[in-house]
Amino acid sequence: MATPVTMPQLGESVTEGTIARWLKAEGDEIEKDEPLAEVDTDKVNAELPSPVTGKIEKLLISEGATVDVGTEIALVTIAGESQTTEAPPREDEATETPTEEFPAADTEAQPVAAGDGTNQRAVVEARSEEARSDGDGRGEFESAETLKLKRSSPVVRRLAGEHGISIEEVPGTGAGGRVTKKDIEAYVEERETERETPAMAATIAAPGREPERERVPVYEGDRVVKLTSVRRAIANRMSSSKREAPHAWTMVEADVSGLVSLRERDKDEFAEREGIRLTYLPFIVKAVVEGLKMHPVLNSVWDGDRIVLRKRINIGVAVDLEDALIVPVILDADELTILGLARKIDDVVKRARNGQLSPDDVAGGTFTVNNPGALGSVVSVPIINHSQTAIVSAEAVVKRPVAVDDAIAVRSMINLEVSFDHRVMDGGAALRFLNTVKERLEDYGPESVIG
Amino acid sequence: MDVKGAQVRHESLGLDEDDLLRIYRHMLLARMVDERSWILNRQGKAAFVISCQGHEGAQVGTAYNLRPGHDYVYPYYRDAGITMLLGQSARDQFLSLLGKKEDPNSAGRQMPGHFSSRELNIVSASAPVGVQYPQAVGTALAFKMRGEDGMVLACGGEASTSSGDWHEAMNFAGIHDLPVVFLVENNVYAISVPEKMQVAGSIAKRAEGYGFPGVEVDGNDVLAVYEAAKEAFDRVRRGDGPSLIEAKTYRLTAHSSDDDDRRYREREEVEEWRLKDPIVRFEKYLEEAGVLDAEKKEEMAAGIKVEIDEAVEYAEGAPYADPEEALERVYAEG
Amino acid sequence: MATKNLLQAIHEGLAEEMRSDDSVMVLGEDVGKAGGVFRVTQGLQDEFGPLRVMDTPLAESLIVGSAIGLSVNGMRPVAEIQFADFIPPAFDQLVSEAARFYYRSNGAWKVPLTIRAPYGAVHGGALYHSQSVEAWFCNTPGLKVVAPTFPADAKGMLKSAIRDPNPVLFFEHKRTYRLIKEEVLEDDYEVPLGEARVHRQGTDLTVVSYGLMLYQALQVAQKLSEEHGIEAEVVEPRTLYPLDKETILDSVKKTGKFLAVSEANLTGSVSAEIAAIVAQEAFEWLDGPVMRLGAPDVPAAAFAKPMLDFFVPSAEKIEAAILELARY
Repeated sequence: MATPVTMPQLGESVTEGTIARWLKAEGDEIEKDEPLAEVDTDKVNAELPSPVTGKIEKLLISEGATVDVGTEIALVTIAGESQTTEAPPREDEATETPTEEFPAADTEAQPVAAGDGTNQRAVVEARSEEARSDGDGRGEFESAETLKLKRSSPVVRRLAGEHGISIEEVPGTGAGGRVTKKDIEAYVEERETERETPAMAATIAAPGREPERERVPVYEGDRVVKLTSVRRAIANRMSSSKREAPHAWTMVEADVSGLVSLRERDKDEFAEREGIRLTYLPFIVKAVVEGLKMHPVLNSVWDGDRIVLRKRINIGVAVDLEDALIVPVILDADELTILGLARKIDDVVKRARNGQLSPDDVAGGTFTVNNPGALGSVVSVPIINHSQTAIVSAEAVVKRPVAVDDAIAVRSMINLEVSFDHRVMDGGAALRFLNTVKERLEDYGPESVIG
Repeated sequence: MDVKGAQVRHESLGLDEDDLLRIYRHMLLARMVDERSWILNRQGKAAFVISCQGHEGAQVGTAYNLRPGHDYVYPYYRDAGITMLLGQSARDQFLSLLGKKEDPNSAGRQMPGHFSSRELNIVSASAPVGVQYPQAVGTALAFKMRGEDGMVLACGGEASTSSGDWHEAMNFAGIHDLPVVFLVENNVYAISVPEKMQVAGSIAKRAEGYGFPGVEVDGNDVLAVYEAAKEAFDRVRRGDGPSLIEAKTYRLTAHSSDDDDRRYREREEVEEWRLKDPIVRFEKYLEEAGVLDAEKKEEMAAGIKVEIDEAVEYAEGAPYADPEEALERVYAEG
Repeated sequence: MATKNLLQAIHEGLAEEMRSDDSVMVLGEDVGKAGGVFRVTQGLQDEFGPLRVMDTPLAESLIVGSAIGLSVNGMRPVAEIQFADFIPPAFDQLVSEAARFYYRSNGAWKVPLTIRAPYGAVHGGALYHSQSVEAWFCNTPGLKVVAPTFPADAKGMLKSAIRDPNPVLFFEHKRTYRLIKEEVLEDDYEVPLGEARVHRQGTDLTVVSYGLMLYQALQVAQKLSEEHGIEAEVVEPRTLYPLDKETILDSVKKTGKFLAVSEANLTGSVSAEIAAIVAQEAFEWLDGPVMRLGAPDVPAAAFAKPMLDFFVPSAEKIEAAILELARY
């Protein structure tokens, strides 16, 4: 009797995973905890340790295939068991390894309501709840709350079908974030007024429910790049964020000459003592945290007919990887000193660059700090991290001539911008927040103590 | 009873020989139709029979006073003697028995015995016992309100006088002097429950409590019934108010084809009452009055048999209503 | 046109019918000399005499039974049962007899009978003067059951009921007898039976109601429109049986949400039947669960005011139910 190995849940809100690479072959021996495969999820890439010791009888999923959490992916005959000849052929009709096309859909065979009328954020939570409860999430009654978010009302399903819309892509304003009839009607109307941009709508769709998308013509010499699940996830989140939240943006400039001097003074000693570089980022994060404490409306979540102000301040720090963006989260950033922040930031950035982040490292953020200044940007218009209310961009620190008491001086200036959800708040609140951040940063001087 | 006395009797009632023979024929017809109905039931052709056997005197004697199509009648399920006298045929009885579309009472919607005819003013009968009485007095009130001389005959067994509805109707009839005659055909048994468990005191005497006359009459003496009914009907038609006639008779058969009366009464009792069979008694009277002899009797019976044979054949061959017709005529239009 | 309350409108309808048709008559307890315990038939006996406006003995079965007998002999009786709570003794005559005459005689006998009865909870009424009994009769083929709330509808529907060749049970909410007033035509006009009425147009949800609850629901709908921008469409069945399904379904298909509000016990109520129809026939248009608000399943409203107020759905409860459903 072979023991099935199932796709585990790699992270609190993950619902599926892609077998990026098998690390073992059929017939191989494997030890418990030995890596069996490399798995991609939309949060992290990780190695999947074998749950048992034995001999790999069958690999059920091919590389590149994406399956739901809980799907059987391999059969292992445990030492001492007899082999079985009938392994259930659970080859999903997934996107195999074609590299010629964008993957059309998550076409797993599993008939769970994957994207079948779901609100993305919520379904992901619901699914994880389901998967947590008993491994494959079947055979149990789901709660009404779960169902309300995973399913949809008859009229919403019908309208979605009639208009070829995936319910998941529609922002929901109903109870608990569900998509209401009005939401979908508004979405349809909006879509009809922007008919010029076909095809690149969000592509997470139900198996077999994908509407026909017009393909971009591919000419000789063109290179078609398959989307990784991370890229796809970023694409969806960015689209959703932009679509749901009316983005507004404003900028202030701060004179951080004092901070620059401070850092110059302390950076070498710091690096020697701590073993890590002292960048501007911990100062920026600390100033942002102070700003959020004073202006909590930016540390919130839009919830349809109400706004939830988060108590905890969990700052996501955007980290640029070569082909992706990842945002590890510093939990309870308000409890950390500059030193603490510096250590934490260094740690997560390093792990991010090494692909060592765990799914929990990227969960729970309430606010995001973007730092394109590290790459030389002086102005940027960031997109709010989906479901948060605002995001700050800290630009490069540059020396510029500025007016100081009617004289011209050369000062180190930094541009600070905030993109914010105009449903939640208005420009005044955003600017008050930015001004707090600015003041904090401007307060630093060469005599300041780095706490 | 000697011949002279007999002649005097029917003549004094205003009945001539033709009347007598007509009365007799109706009684015999009712009896023979009923007997044939039982046979059809025992042959498995008729689902349900509810008899009038034994009641012929009470029914025909009373109903002979009616003006068909003018007066209204609320018969109960045993009153085939009354409805056939009013104008329903033997054929009608068998069509109703077999539940065929041409059943004049209900096109097969109701059980046999639930008589109805708009033309003959026989108001649709129901199954719950006693419900007809309040309806009957309402109908009588309508005549009174319009100052017409129509009247209502409301019939039931002795058990129907146990219901609240009977008392409410009797009371109302008494308050307003309504043109209604209550005929109670006391046949001693309500299914298995005998009179002494059904009736406190006397049914006939209750009328007095409601302010109008009530008489007890030998229900198996058709001429006695005729006389009592004539007096009651005349009273009503004069505008003097209602009457109650309690016709004492006996149910010669079981309650219905679904009842086994051996469970609750002795054969001896039934046989005793057979000796007082209203048809036998009337035949005796008619013979004594020189109106009927053996030959005539046989001739009549043979003629009725032919009528019945034809009626049964017709009814057996007649179609049922289409099943979908069950959906129709729930509400009246217009 | 004149402003009339429900009671006056019914009286007027009845009087007009009696004047134009000699066969129309009234019978019931205290309807004649006293003019009815609610004064609906006041003055009629003076005008039409003690036979056409008859004080009957205290015997409901007789009232309805004799009305049947009158109706098969050329009259058009309008029987009054003093309180709907007293219909049970007449249940047999109403349900087993009147409703079935036409069908069981294969169309030979029509029963053009109207039975009026006041219903609904009222302070001091308690268990036997407050019931909503309509559910008992709303699955009786052959019978029509109506409960118009507003005066103009009531007058027109009473005329239709009297002219209808079928038995019609005509419910009047006693608390609205004097409460609801509106302009009523002083002419002869009919409001057809079997037609619902949209009192208020809306897009957010459909509220189906009748009686005092309808009156309150309309006020709540107005308040929610002003304070929350929620637009409730309010529909009155007017005829409870047979029901005008089309109007109700059209409304639910437009709004996607349904709430029935009534003061009858919730279980097995007319609201429940309408809800079942909606769930079955408007399923693909539903954007929320099919809801009912009714009285708790206890034997009618109690005498003491706090218990009465707890029993009958209040304006607050109606408001909360509408808000919850609108926000779903």
